[in-house]
Amino acid sequence: MTYIPHTALETEQMLASIGVERVEDLFTAIPETVRFPHIELPSPVSELEVMEELRALAGANATAQDSPCFLGAGAYHHFIPSVVNHIISRAEFYTAYTPYQPEISQGTLQAIFEYQTMICALTGLEVSNASHYDGATALAEALVMALAVYRGKKTKVVLCGGIHPEYREVAATYTQGMGIRIETTALTDTGLESAINLIDDETACLAVQTPDFLGRIHDLQPAVDAAHAHGALLIVVSNPIALGMLKPGGAYGADVVVGEGQALGNPLSFGGPYLGFFACRQEHVRRTSGRLVGQTTDINGQRGFVLTLSTREQHIRRERATSNICSNEGLNALAAAVYMAALGKCGLKQVAELCYHKAHYTAQRIAEIKGYQVNNNQPFFNEFIVACPQPAAIINKMLYEEYGIIGGYDLGRVDPALEKHMLICVTEVNSAAQIEGLATGLEEAAR
Amino acid sequence: MSEAIIYELSAPGRCAAHLPRLDVPAAEPLPDALLRSELELPEVSESDLVRHYVRLSQLNYAVDIGMYPLGSCTMKYNPKVHEDIARLAGFAEVHPYLPEELSQGCLQLMFALQQYLAAITGFEAVSLQPAAGAQGELSGVLMIRAYHRARGDTARTRMLIPDTAHGTNPASTVMVGLEMVQVSSDARGNIDLNDLSAKLDDTIAGMMLTNPNTLGLFDEHILEVTRLVHASGGLIYGDGANLNALMGIAKPAELGFDVMHLNLHKTFSTPHGGGGPGSGPVAARADLAQFLPGPIVTAHEAVYSALSGEALDIDADDPVADAPQYMRSLMCRLEMPEHSIGRIKSFYGQFGILVRAYTYIRMLGEEGLRATSEAAVLAANYIQASLRDTLPLPYDRLCMHECVFEGRVNGAEDIHALDISKRMIDYGIHPPTNYFPLVVPEALMIEPTETESKRSLDAFIQIVKAITEEAKKEPELLRTAPHRAPVGRLDEVQAARKLILRWQPEP
Repeated sequence: MTYIPHTALETEQMLASIGVERVEDLFTAIPETVRFPHIELPSPVSELEVMEELRALAGANATAQDSPCFLGAGAYHHFIPSVVNHIISRAEFYTAYTPYQPEISQGTLQAIFEYQTMICALTGLEVSNASHYDGATALAEALVMALAVYRGKKTKVVLCGGIHPEYREVAATYTQGMGIRIETTALTDTGLESAINLIDDETACLAVQTPDFLGRIHDLQPAVDAAHAHGALLIVVSNPIALGMLKPGGAYGADVVVGEGQALGNPLSFGGPYLGFFACRQEHVRRTSGRLVGQTTDINGQRGFVLTLSTREQHIRRERATSNICSNEGLNALAAAVYMAALGKCGLKQVAELCYHKAHYTAQRIAEIKGYQVNNNQPFFNEFIVACPQPAAIINKMLYEEYGIIGGYDLGRVDPALEKHMLICVTEVNSAAQIEGLATGLEEAAR
Repeated sequence: MSEAIIYELSAPGRCAAHLPRLDVPAAEPLPDALLRSELELPEVSESDLVRHYVRLSQLNYAVDIGMYPLGSCTMKYNPKVHEDIARLAGFAEVHPYLPEELSQGCLQLMFALQQYLAAITGFEAVSLQPAAGAQGELSGVLMIRAYHRARGDTARTRMLIPDTAHGTNPASTVMVGLEMVQVSSDARGNIDLNDLSAKLDDTIAGMMLTNPNTLGLFDEHILEVTRLVHASGGLIYGDGANLNALMGIAKPAELGFDVMHLNLHKTFSTPHGGGGPGSGPVAARADLAQFLPGPIVTAHEAVYSALSGEALDIDADDPVADAPQYMRSLMCRLEMPEHSIGRIKSFYGQFGILVRAYTYIRMLGEEGLRATSEAAVLAANYIQASLRDTLPLPYDRLCMHECVFEGRVNGAEDIHALDISKRMIDYGIHPPTNYFPLVVPEALMIEPTETESKRSLDAFIQIVKAITEEAKKEPELLRTAPHRAPVGRLDEVQAARKLILRWQPEP
């Protein structure tokens, strides 16, 4: 099957207008030796059959819909109000292109302008872009921006070990040809002090995460003060749901706040597509990468919106652009905006508090089980480390097979020394009954 | 026609969401110093929220409304079945950090898609990780850098880029720490072989090529171009933006490309979402596969218990596995290529987009994909032939999936490509790409795609003819266009000078 609408007669008429006999005659510029190759693909199937094939593949996965899920570590299962999916399913939104023709793209442009406004509110900063690919690339772009602020005069970047390990890897990938140095502290360092101690006058920026990869909340003031004392920027990686209650980076004086926006109304979807939010202080706006929507007026003086400061971007500035990025995660950012608007001021705070209280109750409940220790000597939001009597992988296998529960993140994946530790994540979707089920499962697994 | 900003619909204490009560004892609160004092999000009801966004959506143009002939963007129809499938809970509700045995459905789909994309392009290996074309391209350039460095050759620091290239090519090159060297095009829109030869030496890391190029033209000397670059020790990077012209027509690997990105949101019909998410897998020949960004999906035969279905620690090659109590099955895993340039984003790729592309390829198959590329090329040539006498055509030969005119009208010298474009909006169609490629003055770059009917193409042709007539008789009508859009022509200069990037209440 194809989605080609032409009848045989119409094809003939078009060929006649062009002045060739057969469709094949359109391809004479292609060397004959390589023209019309065979493609080895399975035989095509109908819409009915493809639905069956994909349902079978989907059925081979465990889902957070069918199983209580205590897995987080950068991708989170939250309740998504029905309005979100209905709005992003409007064909006027999802089958539109980048709003390069603003007069017929005001829907997308205004929705992104509102998204930018909400992200500024959430992060406590003055400027938000239209989004990056995900939290990891938003951090990488923030580092590149910090280096650009110092025009190559400062070539060192300090990454706190509490930053998601994959974000640190992506930062290394992005900067591998830039001739800079990245210094990183250990994941398990308790506070930010070790990272702060690495800042010197060569440092363009310090990046920290709070709540960090292990769930711990950090007071950012010492980091902001230390970075600024050395003339470096302070970049904060944040969980947007936690910002429903926690003091945002902007309020501490941070220069940039980025993070993974998936938790704002986007499903887990096996890791993507997600969106990276990016907010910074006004003074850096011309060094940011990615799309920005700005307000203006039309020839009749009516309010309208356009993509702006595009002289920073690759399609105008080419080799002098701030980045090679072209797209944003438009539809995911729309979902995030609808989610934030649906929950609003009170609702987002309520979700954050539900996560906080349920996680603390779960931690307390697990701490009562023989063989398990909960590491909670530092404030945490909704994720915490549990030391287990056996490797986390074995306990998780038993939790799923015996209780149908998706257990926590196996910390042995990032550090073999932490093989017997898991990172438990609790959100508003985890009911008291699910938490009790987890406790029972863990207790059984310890026997 | 305008819509209030959502904050203007806000009233204190309103909330559109209905959340559960706390069903466990509350914990000790955090210290005040860690908590925020305010959070300025909108406070609206569900009905106001829905109406707001529905009204906003009505201010947009979209593929589901009409023709969207944006050159280089491949705005084809997006099948509805893709949307239903991507939303199945078995895909949408799957956590990326599940143990691999619990996400085999996702991994098998990704493994198959890697193979399909390799088959279509002729390459050996594919990484689905890049989030968009620009990321696939960044990956590819990093791979070329890694390839030379692995051979101990650090002198190759320059990248050849044709003057017709997308802006991402030079931008990616610079991000990787390489220097760009521009190569000219000749009078037929091909790479100028003399200019290329003069610039090839042992400082050249490679060349970034888009073929068909952004003029919509297939380079008539492509095999010679790739041979020359290879002979000087460089690699060829393929910008896959224009793959919609080539499926079943030519395999980029057989043209001499070494590494290339694909745009699933263009060629494989996944929706553009108002500017993303895209998906930009990168494909490579065998000896470059080790440098791909990762992880990628690999498949292994594993031995399972026939009774419980449990995976066992028995090698699939072991004759013991033939015993009736065992069965073999394919087990997919995530693996980092041996000398990977690293992760280019978190997790494994734009999975929801991969599901849609997989569905598209499964439904079209070899014949359908070739028919698609043929019809895309047919449509572009039909427009080119039909408008040849209406607008100046700088390169007059058969085009591929898009054609490029000059947006100039004889007898109306003050009229620009932008004016023609804006006037098209009044006729209810989306304008083509304008002012790109840079080698064509006042460029209008038209990519109709295979999903536009002849009726739709004929309407477009008539509209362009009507506008060129208007340009001569009533040029003011074009200069002040659009007249029938939700807003009039917008002041982009003011937007950049007096930056307003968020809504703030009136003081």
